[in-house]
Formats: sequence, structure tokens, C-alpha cells
Amino acid sequence: MQVIQHQELASAQASITFSSIPQTFTDLLIVFSGRSDRANSFDNIRVMPNGASTGVSSRILFGSGSAASSFTEAYVSGYTAANSATSSTFGNSSIYIPNYAGSTQKSFSIDSVGENNATSSAQAITAGLWTGTDPITSIVLDQGDGSNWLQYTSATLYGILKGSDGIVTVS
Amino acid sequence: MTETPTKLIINCETGERQIVELTAEEIAERELMQLQAIADQEQREADQAAKEAAKASAVSKLTALGLDADEIAALVG
Repeated sequence: MQVIQHQELASAQASITFSSIPQTFTDLLIVFSGRSDRANSFDNIRVMPNGASTGVSSRILFGSGSAASSFTEAYVSGYTAANSATSSTFGNSSIYIPNYAGSTQKSFSIDSVGENNATSSAQAITAGLWTGTDPITSIVLDQGDGSNWLQYTSATLYGILKGSDGIVTVS
Repeated sequence: MTETPTKLIINCETGERQIVELTAEEIAERELMQLQAIADQEQREADQAAKEAAKASAVSKLTALGLDADEIAALVG
């Protein structure tokens, strides 16, 4: 597993985009630590492959802190902390994208938690799909609700390479 | 005067970072998304309240039929 790019925000930004993603890896992993300025205890992380806002969907198993549910979203979504969460806390997410450079539809697996020292907090497991068949060359991370990522939000893009046997991960 | 929101673009090949002001179209889209998010939140809260009210009503009717608390819990959790 190799770091392709890492970014910690020095100021609030509407979105973070990784562009010109090298096509030399097998899978991608994004490790995200974030907090948005939405007036809520948690917010969405909307993942847009190649900037796509259509042809994307996800099935989500969600815990709010007081109830469990499952539902479908019309985009690929994880969850993170927002501005009503405990001060200075950031949510954590891992976004795994297998076979991102292939010419088939792309799947996304997201494991995320909002982090909040209170009852209301989000924990979610997401199975996402983009029906596009182009290789993923860019990924936009925003909230899908017009919020902003606050300072110190960070995102690290890793590339994962399979071995010559196609099974083991070698780097 | 409110500052124009910006987005960060990281070029993975060159490592170049660009902070770009949002276009008028992007800002308009964000405003629509904010309104939609509020509407969605209100709808979710209304759905949850309706679900809880239906559950309370069901428990009340089961109690009237003579089921005890353990029996009702076994049915509705």
C-alpha cells in the first residue's frame, strides 16, 4: 500500500478532489478524517468518481446512536462529524475502491463513524455502486448538502497493488 | 461581504494543489442542495415520528387484547 497523495486542509473547503489518479494500482483506499460546518452532529461524505453525480447509489446500514436502520441513497455516501458534534472531534472513514482502473462498473465499500460525545452519532457500513465503466481518474469528496469541510479535515489516497499471482497484495 | 467558497484540487501526478473559487453555477447548486438537505431531514424526522406513533398505537392495542409486557416485547422488540 503506497500513499499517492495526502492533504490536511489549512482552511475550510467545499470539496477535496484527487485528480489525475495514476492507473497503475489495483485498488484504491481513501482514509478520511473530517468535520463539516453543517449544523448537525454528523454529515455525509459524498464520493463522486470522475465527478459523477448520476449512476451512483449506495445501500447503507446505519446506526444513529439510538436506532439502527438501512436505506438507499442516490449517491455513494459515508458519514463524518459535523459542527454540532463535540468540539474539535473529527469523524473517521475508510473508502475502499477495488478495480478502479477497470472498464466495468465500480463498487465502493465504506466504513465510517461520525464521532460525538453524545447520543446522536453516526456509524455506517456502505456498499456503493457507480454504473459508469470508465476508469476512475478523479474522486471528489464533498457532503452533497452544500456544507464545507472545516480546517484540519484530512484525506489520504493510497494505491494498493496486487502481486503477479493476482491474489496477494505486494505494496 | 461573504467570501466566495472554494474547493481544493490535488493533482496526483504532479502533487500540485489548487484552491479554486466556485463558479456561480456551483454556488447555485450548493444552495439547492442545502434546501434539499433541510427538506430531507424534516422528512426523515416526520417518518421516524410516524413510525414511533404507529408502534405506540400497536402496543396499546395489544395491551387491550390482554397481552402482557413480555409478550408484547417478544412481538415488537
